[in-house]
Amino acid sequence: MDKKRFRFVQGNEACVEGALTAGMRFYSGYPITPSTEIAEQSAIRLPQLGGHFIQMEDEIGGIAAALGASAAGVKAMTATSGPGFSLKQENIGYGCLAEIPIVVVDVQRSGPSTGMPTSPSQGDVMQARWGTHGDHPMIAIAPSSVQDTYNQTVRCFNLAEKYRTPVILLMDEIIGHLREGLEVIPAEELEIVNRGDHNITGMAYAVGEGEYVPEFAPFGEGERYNITGLFHNDAGFPTNDNDFTDKIEHRLMAKIEQNLDDILDWEEYMLDDAEYAIVAYGGTVRAAKGAIEKLRAEGVKVGLFRPVTVWPFPEEAMKKVADKVKAVVVAEHNYGQLLLEVERVIKDRAELSFVGKVDGTTLKPEDIQAKVKEVL
Amino acid sequence: MPSKLIESTMRTENLPHIWCPGCGHGILMRDVAQAIDNLGLDHDKVVIVSGIGCSSRAAGYMDFNTLHTTHGRAIAFATGVKLANPELTVIVITGDGDAAAIGGNHFIHACRRNIDITVVVFNNNIYGMTGGQYSPTTPTGEKGTTAPYGNIDYDFDLPELAKAAGATFTGRCTAYHVPQAIKLLEAAIQNKGLSMVEGLSVCPTYYGRKNKKGGVIKMYNWQKNNCIDVKKAEKMDPEELEGKILMGEFYHKEKPEYCEQYEAIIEKCGGNK
Repeated sequence: MDKKRFRFVQGNEACVEGALTAGMRFYSGYPITPSTEIAEQSAIRLPQLGGHFIQMEDEIGGIAAALGASAAGVKAMTATSGPGFSLKQENIGYGCLAEIPIVVVDVQRSGPSTGMPTSPSQGDVMQARWGTHGDHPMIAIAPSSVQDTYNQTVRCFNLAEKYRTPVILLMDEIIGHLREGLEVIPAEELEIVNRGDHNITGMAYAVGEGEYVPEFAPFGEGERYNITGLFHNDAGFPTNDNDFTDKIEHRLMAKIEQNLDDILDWEEYMLDDAEYAIVAYGGTVRAAKGAIEKLRAEGVKVGLFRPVTVWPFPEEAMKKVADKVKAVVVAEHNYGQLLLEVERVIKDRAELSFVGKVDGTTLKPEDIQAKVKEVL
Repeated sequence: MPSKLIESTMRTENLPHIWCPGCGHGILMRDVAQAIDNLGLDHDKVVIVSGIGCSSRAAGYMDFNTLHTTHGRAIAFATGVKLANPELTVIVITGDGDAAAIGGNHFIHACRRNIDITVVVFNNNIYGMTGGQYSPTTPTGEKGTTAPYGNIDYDFDLPELAKAAGATFTGRCTAYHVPQAIKLLEAAIQNKGLSMVEGLSVCPTYYGRKNKKGGVIKMYNWQKNNCIDVKKAEKMDPEELEGKILMGEFYHKEKPEYCEQYEAIIEKCGGNK
């Protein structure tokens, strides 16, 4: 067996391998449980590939340096957990408006505040969508296994490059510290999106008719333009022009909204004949699948709807599932966050119920099984 | 008609700048541009990084690769730019609030790493963009809108702070002493490591008015009469130096630079193949 290709690793390590396969050559971050192994592994692996790792003085510096590296033309990543994710929010918004691709990994832990640093949670789901101020686009992907972490990290980089925006890999402690088999699929066997050649135009942020994403001009290659977190014109210079501000805000939102077919991803598991649907994502998917196995053995026709892209939420697919089942049970490691989005989407299409966990332990298949039985 | 220097280093279509009449920032910005020009650097390979505040608007006017970042974070962004592509000449233009208050952590740690970045702090002794609040360099006893009864904080000596944190080049210049400032900035940019230059600016609108400094001409004359070159000061009596501010090159020391050391790690790991 090819030992380089087939390994037994934890999710955090799979994230780094996926990032390297996707072309990450810069990592900057700050140590925080339970994401620290991502920094440690990046520190080992990056110089081996000619890339750069730097441990910054704080979480804000971690994302700022990654944005700077990306502006210089290098694929960059930073990783953190709840408290650090809070600290990074301002610069996530900077990346959205300045349109700088980076990947931000959040290995969620129990919160608020310092919470329980080594305990699992999915309490940052709404923060991932709305944590930074102002209206902004957002892509956040929740992996549910070690292999999935590898694959989805590659996808995060691809989406970040394609849409020139920060993309969040919304992991959780369960997946980050879970050890499973991983196949390190080489880049040649995957789709890898790289930045195209940039033609010097003096209009670094201009887009063609019907296009939403300007091509990226890395620093140092002749397009001496301005990058700013202020609303800016096509050349990148600050503007107070309200019509232009309206135009750029709409374009930023549209580049995601108009490309949902390309961006959205979800998994449907045993839903064909289902009368009940469990909605779960990330680490919770494993307990949900366990619950389905138990319930099916008891003759309950139940399946799983798993948003892979938590943001944007796979709205139409969720509606279709809600239309054909009697009840939807949302299971997540929080007080009910994605529940709100499911509620908004399905309205009265099906009965809605929730099972959560906020005590720092994991949802067990039995917890979800019991909740489904309540709504039978 | 703009001068040849302005034509070649500024985005003239974005001028005139937004700074107040009499502000020293425009002079200091021109000094930075002149230093770059004198060194004959390839404009495509120069990156100007700034944060938020009056100082940080400089980036938008300067015809290089310019990165106008978030408040206090310019040096952290610059660290990413430099490490990702060490061939670029990276200059940070920041202010006293941006560099020494909200961005103080990045400031001292960049000094500690001795990464090859030149940090130029346009020090106007006040938060100008927000209308005149006291900053980490507002002298004790002086006023700001948030220090209506006089500032009880002690102010930072920025070159001393940078030196203590590990910077390998420090100095101070003023908006009044233009030729000296250009020479100092040239030396700072040439230093292979973290260089920190404090550029004493003039803020007649907020700092000056709040503290009854007597207007633009008086404020520049104050710089002219009270800022003494550090070499000249060596030959002066302590009594003569009372109340004076030193300028010039304060400190210059050779020390291995961060990016070069990282390249050695890459070499060791076989990552340069």
